[in-house]
Amino acid sequence: MKWQFSSDAPIYAQLIEQIQRTIVSGGWPPGERLPSVRDLAGEAGVNPNTMQRAMTELEREGLVYSQRTAGRFVTEDRARIEAARNQCAQRQIQTFLDKMEQLGYSGEEILRLVEQEMKGES
Amino acid sequence: MPVLEYKEVTKRYGGLTALDGVSLTVEPGRIVGLLGPNGSGKTTLLKLACGLLTPTSGEILVCSQAPGSPASHAQVSYLPERMAVPDWMTAKQLVHFYQDFYGDFRQDVAWQMLSDLNIDPALRVREMSKGTREKVQLILVMSRAAMLYLLDEPIGGVDPATRDYILSTIIANYNPEAAVVISTHLIADVEKLLDQVIFLKNGQLVLQSEVDQLREEKGMSVDALFREVFKC
Repeated sequence: MKWQFSSDAPIYAQLIEQIQRTIVSGGWPPGERLPSVRDLAGEAGVNPNTMQRAMTELEREGLVYSQRTAGRFVTEDRARIEAARNQCAQRQIQTFLDKMEQLGYSGEEILRLVEQEMKGES
Repeated sequence: MPVLEYKEVTKRYGGLTALDGVSLTVEPGRIVGLLGPNGSGKTTLLKLACGLLTPTSGEILVCSQAPGSPASHAQVSYLPERMAVPDWMTAKQLVHFYQDFYGDFRQDVAWQMLSDLNIDPALRVREMSKGTREKVQLILVMSRAAMLYLLDEPIGGVDPATRDYILSTIIANYNPEAAVVISTHLIADVEKLLDQVIFLKNGQLVLQSEVDQLREEKGMSVDALFREVFKC
């Protein structure tokens, strides 16, 4: 998994987002056992406490769960993963809409442009 | 219980005040960045903690003990800013030297790191490049299972690829009971690694804060904040 960090947001928030993305895109399939916090922290080059904090938050959200001795796993609840996937999509769309608005496009214009672009692609 | 504690510590060199009433604590499991411009007191702060200097006033405790005592030397692994090992020794001799000196030295860890960084154990320190010398010293320091690591400019002279290796080594050797204090100017490189940062300015503590809290509150990286606080 490739880790990338921007300079303006808290690191734990960026970790959460990147792990969410890996899970919803199937990079870590449902039921997959995750590497240890220390290994993940080493791979991402972040502080282990920060990685732990991200994992705790992901557990709270129900995307991962830990079993006392066996380690930490991706949830097998596909509906939960699908919901997270929708959230990711909504965030992407919102970012896109904000940027288009800054460029001065109206909602209708944006829809038209997106349709055009998608037709052009196919 | 804090691993490291400064209580109103002042250090004067003659008429020069290097540290001015600094109080701070470092808890176990923390990786702390000690940041400040040149001459702000970073090296003095670290030297006080390992007993190389004594404070003019105030008190310092390392694992509840006075710095410089044999008990505290056994807990603290210090990387000085300058080369502090004999230059006629080979890397291999240094590993054995450290093994003899420190009961907590992990030889297997040292050999592994030397081999990962392609350092020939038969090379004498004086034959090594500046970067390689730095690497060897850091390997020796990190191979100890200490309670407190004090690293004074640990990655200044090494290339970015090795820097990444060294930083991930610090994480891999991380012990939840131990603490690491790193003084550096390469903030952007170490920022992701840190729990906390301490800003020193003219010998005074101007900030001690959690990295993620800073990024959240200020909406900028520690590197950017440093440039703002210490703008020349």
